Amino acid sequence: MKFALILLSLTALAQVPFERIRDAAKEPGNWLTYSGNLAGHRHSPLTEITPANVANLKVKWAYQFPTAQNQTSPIVVDGVMYVTSPNRAAALDLRTGRELWTWERPIPKDYQSIGFGQVNRGPAILDDKLYIATLDCYLVALDIKTGQQRWATKVEDYKPGYSMTLAPLAIKGKVVVGVSGGEAGIRGFIDAYDANTGTRAWRFFTIPAPGEPGNDTWAGDSWKTGAGSTWVTGAFDPELNLLYWGIGNPGPDWNGDSRKGDNLYTCSFVALDGDSGKLKWHFQFTPHDTHDWDSAHVPMLIDAPVRGKMRKLIVNPNRNAFYYALDRVTGEFIAGQAYAKQTWAKGLDDKGRPIVIPDTEPNEAGILVYPALNGATIWYSPSYSPKTNLVYVATREAGATYFKREADYKPGTFFAGGGERRIPESEQWGAIRALEPTTGKQAWEFKVVSPPWTGVMSTAGGLVVSGSNEGNIFALDARTGKPLWSFHSGGQVSSNPISFNLDGHQHIAIAANRVLYVFGL
Amino acid sequence: MKVLCVLLLALPAFPQDFATGKRIFESQCALCHGPDGSGGRGPNLRKAKLKKAPDDEALKKAIADGLPPEMPGAWQLHPREVDATAAYVRSLGKLVVEEIPGIPAAGEEIFNKTGCANCHIVNGKGNARGPELSAIGARRNAKHLRESILTPNSFLPEDFLLVELTDAAGKSVKGVKANEDLFTIQLALPNGRYASFDKATLKSLKRLTGQSTMPAFTNIPAADLDNLVAYLASLKGAE
Repeated sequence: MKFALILLSLTALAQVPFERIRDAAKEPGNWLTYSGNLAGHRHSPLTEITPANVANLKVKWAYQFPTAQNQTSPIVVDGVMYVTSPNRAAALDLRTGRELWTWERPIPKDYQSIGFGQVNRGPAILDDKLYIATLDCYLVALDIKTGQQRWATKVEDYKPGYSMTLAPLAIKGKVVVGVSGGEAGIRGFIDAYDANTGTRAWRFFTIPAPGEPGNDTWAGDSWKTGAGSTWVTGAFDPELNLLYWGIGNPGPDWNGDSRKGDNLYTCSFVALDGDSGKLKWHFQFTPHDTHDWDSAHVPMLIDAPVRGKMRKLIVNPNRNAFYYALDRVTGEFIAGQAYAKQTWAKGLDDKGRPIVIPDTEPNEAGILVYPALNGATIWYSPSYSPKTNLVYVATREAGATYFKREADYKPGTFFAGGGERRIPESEQWGAIRALEPTTGKQAWEFKVVSPPWTGVMSTAGGLVVSGSNEGNIFALDARTGKPLWSFHSGGQVSSNPISFNLDGHQHIAIAANRVLYVFGL
Repeated sequence: MKVLCVLLLALPAFPQDFATGKRIFESQCALCHGPDGSGGRGPNLRKAKLKKAPDDEALKKAIADGLPPEMPGAWQLHPREVDATAAYVRSLGKLVVEEIPGIPAAGEEIFNKTGCANCHIVNGKGNARGPELSAIGARRNAKHLRESILTPNSFLPEDFLLVELTDAAGKSVKGVKANEDLFTIQLALPNGRYASFDKATLKSLKRLTGQSTMPAFTNIPAADLDNLVAYLASLKGAE
């Protein structure tokens, strides 16, 4: 009896129970989930580093990855930092960056990334396990103390083009993942797995099968190879028990001839029941997309007054260059407007559907449209600061000539049907923009010299931190956009920043190519 | 039935794939390599041997992945479209080689006499005010070279940018942009040195888009121009 009690208490004493992640705001010194909190804010409540002292920020330590172009967003908990790179994870001593353990899974020789770089965007943590999604499409659970593999579940076969690059999302008792492969004619899905056993709890296909609502938005059999990848981590509202996830482009990307219709649920946000994976609502940003404008974004959940009434909102600066505020209980469109240059829609109607300008689809000769295929923003994280009540987004300003080409489906090959030729580099640029959360109206911008590939983090101390293609890691005043500090990293920055406490003092971490830098005062 | 399928697969892709390759080439490659493949901003492809694509595998890889820093990749093409484009590019190599009138050795004399080396380095000699020319013949065709001499401002490399700034001390500086990040800019100066500036400290920063300091050499006699072009076209860089 006594023995049984001890066993029970051991199970109850998991190091990182879901409640710690749910209540992440109570322990701002840790970074417990991909976006810092389940609401997708990428905002640190820490206040030690401020506009007044940020100029004193110095490198405290650096960690070198074995591979290039790292996009990892680390997890920090109880004095340990967990980082990932493709098919690899490492636990680092938070004080020194020294490795405590590492884990690797070989990438199969015949594996190929169809339409994206070989990257990994970070781990998830829950109870006593660290979760990593692999390129060859396995979800793996590791013991956080030793790195020992606890289970590895095959999510899908990588050979036809399924892959995973995202950080998993841990919700109560489950780990949720999505897949890459939007240029390979996959049929996308969102999966939830039992966190303890690795058994699949549910699967939500992003493209409805015949007989299901929405299948009639696909001509003929086009739904079978319609893509709808799910390659960026979602958000979760524990009170509503709703999971929010962004869905990628329809396939073939630039040739919509064979898939007439709106192509649900591509280029949409979906809200799913956390227990069952059942669809609660959807909102499609770009019906029948032909420009590769995935809605693979981190949704941001905020509560804000709209016309005098508090509303539960989900907001998103989208790859298609429009900003959206929706009701996250119902999916109802509340407001939206363009936040970057776009030439494909006159605006949004009162339901939020774009009023598309005719003849902006790709054609044989090529047609110039803004934004370019990588959009006005892309996979990297936006941020919301409750302190300034502003949304921050790294914005890309570029157009491209889009071409339509033939597309025939062959498993494990490109199923894209065209492409783009971007405008000259000298005419491309970017900006960190601050937007009002309920409207998308711009409050300020800080211009950068080329379209960025790095997310932003805001802090309660009053900063916005980001990085540039040119190698700058920098901090702006969250209220004005004024640059206050910068460091030249020597490598392209294409990741997401985080913040945490070490020995009671605030630090900031961000990867730049092969190196993860940790800064402190 | 099975035999029939194998036979069908074994049939040559010609001529439908040739047409596909031609169409892709003309819409996506011709901007730099010319509508007929004879080059321009990019190298002439009407050659039996392509330096950076010695075999078909290398050529397909170059088309799909690009050749940094100047040539973008076309990763979005279907492998069959890459094959078709490569086949079309190879067919260009079987066409007549570009005839360049003029004598390279005579052109070298014109190059030195006209003072081209004041601004261009060839094989280690000259100044770096303008682009390095030691391998220019491998990257530009004769027509492009000729037009660049006659109207330099119409044929600037995509990443070429002349910058005029006033530094913190009030000194005016003009140079070619070597690099730039969010907070700093690096210029190649007329004296052959590099200079680096914090953008926030500058009193002014003007980007002279579409301008170069190269004068238009419209007064060169026709025969001299032929020789000069032949000389530049012969510059293929060190092996």
